[in-house]
Amino acid sequence: MASISSEARKQILEICDRYVDERTPLMMILSDIQKEYGYIPLEVQEIVSEKTGISVAEIYGVVTFYSFFSLQPKGKYIIGCCLGTACYVKGAQQVVDKFSELLSIQPGQTSEDGLFTLDALRCIGACGIAPAVSINGKVYPKMSVSDVPGIIEEYRKMAG
Amino acid sequence: MGKINIKIEGIPYEVEEGMTILEAAKSCGYQIPSLCTYNHGECSRGSCRVCLVEVKGARGLVASCVYPVNEGMEITISSPKAVAARRASVELLLSNHSMKCQQCDKNEYCELLYVAKATGAREDMFAGEKTPTTIDEITPSIIRDTSKCILCGRCIERCKNAHGQSVLGFEKRGFNTIVGPAENRSLADSPCILCGQCVSVCPTGALMEKSEIDKVDAAMAAGKFVVVQTAPAVRAALGEEFGYKVGTPVTGQMVAALKRLGFSKVYDTNYSADLTIMEEAFELLDRIKNGGVLPMITSCSPGWVNFAEINYGDLLPHLSSCKSPHEMFGAILKSYYCEKNGIDPKDMFVVSVMPCTAKKFEKEREQLQHDGIKDVDAVLTTRELARLIRRSGIEFNKLPEEEFDNDIVGDYSGAGVIFGVTGGVMEAALRTAYHELTGKERDAIIFEEVRGLEGVREAGIDIGGTTVWVAIAHGMKNARVLLDQIRNGESKYHFIEIMGCPGGCIAGGGQPYVKPCFLPNEDADILDTFRAKRASALYSEDERQVVRQSHNNPQMKQLYDEYLGEPNSHKAHELLHTTYKARVPFK
Repeated sequence: MASISSEARKQILEICDRYVDERTPLMMILSDIQKEYGYIPLEVQEIVSEKTGISVAEIYGVVTFYSFFSLQPKGKYIIGCCLGTACYVKGAQQVVDKFSELLSIQPGQTSEDGLFTLDALRCIGACGIAPAVSINGKVYPKMSVSDVPGIIEEYRKMAG
Repeated sequence: MGKINIKIEGIPYEVEEGMTILEAAKSCGYQIPSLCTYNHGECSRGSCRVCLVEVKGARGLVASCVYPVNEGMEITISSPKAVAARRASVELLLSNHSMKCQQCDKNEYCELLYVAKATGAREDMFAGEKTPTTIDEITPSIIRDTSKCILCGRCIERCKNAHGQSVLGFEKRGFNTIVGPAENRSLADSPCILCGQCVSVCPTGALMEKSEIDKVDAAMAAGKFVVVQTAPAVRAALGEEFGYKVGTPVTGQMVAALKRLGFSKVYDTNYSADLTIMEEAFELLDRIKNGGVLPMITSCSPGWVNFAEINYGDLLPHLSSCKSPHEMFGAILKSYYCEKNGIDPKDMFVVSVMPCTAKKFEKEREQLQHDGIKDVDAVLTTRELARLIRRSGIEFNKLPEEEFDNDIVGDYSGAGVIFGVTGGVMEAALRTAYHELTGKERDAIIFEEVRGLEGVREAGIDIGGTTVWVAIAHGMKNARVLLDQIRNGESKYHFIEIMGCPGGCIAGGGQPYVKPCFLPNEDADILDTFRAKRASALYSEDERQVVRQSHNNPQMKQLYDEYLGEPNSHKAHELLHTTYKARVPFK
């Protein structure tokens, strides 16, 4: 647990304390950690295990079961490409592939500079504007492969 | 619970209310094909869909292991629909299973193979992609091969039931689901204590001991002086592999088999169990007299020692520094015995047959070797010994009863025999401590108060007017209770016995599998009774011994007079004692 600072450790224990009276506190604890830190690495799971008495194996099982939880830190900008049926038939796969190519990451991964995380999503309910991409909540409608370089550039500039 | 009326295959039966269909059918004489060998909640129930039956009026087929019977229920097990569905369930399991049955050491006891035969399942009915495989062969004890895992979750439940927290868990989801330690790491990185309880419940070959039969073969082929020793618990269970009822001691035939397998000498680890008692009882008395760290805790069980090093590093000074009996035997064989017989220890190869998978790890510990020579060179489980016997074409049932070798080592007392059952080390130590403190033998040889199978037991033993407080725990879930007392400064005990496996070595992770589907002649409650049955096999062997206290084993006196000096002497420490080191998992 060397990589966790004592400050972070304290904060994680504090999150655990929020739910001491709950009969099954694990999901709530993990949700808070995910929201507040953006990811839940094994070292953090070990602290939760120590505190709650739930085995690391079980915690890891929950973290890897739900896609909401992440083991790796997410990028500053999370690019969610919809691969639902409507988007897919309108060419969403090519859009994902283009992001993948230009950022040199696979869906689920984060770029080395920590700026971008590429996620392939199930239907996000925006079939009317397919193929749709959402970046930190902002939706880009009717995407085409040629739009991709400009969008990446836009966010790189924004990050400075 | 009252009785209710149901029909199976149109025939009326009266069954207990509250039963599942599977249980009710069994009580009526129907064995619905299922993977429910462990119907003690040790699987993720209802998920395998093997035990499907037809129930009149129900929507679709129902899983009989979870579906309760109710008044007037009409069940059909043999309808074409139910038969085809059960077969398809098994075929689906097989479709994601490594079909290397012939080379799998589990095949004789594989429940998937059993149920595949029972349902008539065919291979390759659903050919296609398989879940990516992890094979973890890093620990010396256990191999985890996910290509054979059917995701029943029994290992997870057993680990949790035995030790309070499971080292294994389900990870990922859907088609990618596997069972393993967090991050799918090796067991070697995890807090696993290598006890092998998971191996003993795994229905397939997904969790297996790491066989060392090849090492023994190689040593024999190289012309080494190959000595074998057997732990007390082995004789209480080996017979089960050859059709004997659970709890039948087969000591004489086991020795006869080992002599026919080409071992130069066949000794009983009980000899060094007596030696352990000599060292441990004196260590305890020394700690009591001289203000040493108390309570002292036994150190015979390598699963427990692993647990202590991983989880209670702060309590390691409480562990007795004594090596475990088979390690002591190895050390004596490669020193005293070799010197007396003019053998170069490098030419000697010591094999231990143990009821234990953690012993395989233990023998590799750096603290248990000198100048590159290990005290013990190979550890075989009871199951591996059975395989060795079968491989050699020996008809175990036809063997005569023969005696262990007994020359300058090998003699043993009844105290050594009972090491194999929870409370046994405690009782053996008390027999000798009593003598040492009072100068006489206790009238009642047996300490009834430390026997039994309750998870945590305690007793105040009167020894010459002083009350010695002792406690016993088996399985780490129970051990935690006593250990947390020590941590909190609330422990009143002088001496604690802890065994890694529930029941002690008789139910160790290397013992023959207790799977009702392969034991048709045992009672239905065999899973609840096998520990007590094996324990009584050891207690009865103790009763047959003339000498029943370790200090009365004549070879103990001889060994101390000729070689070691006295218990806990410098020489004894060098050969028979060890050290421990706290460990941090997931590093």
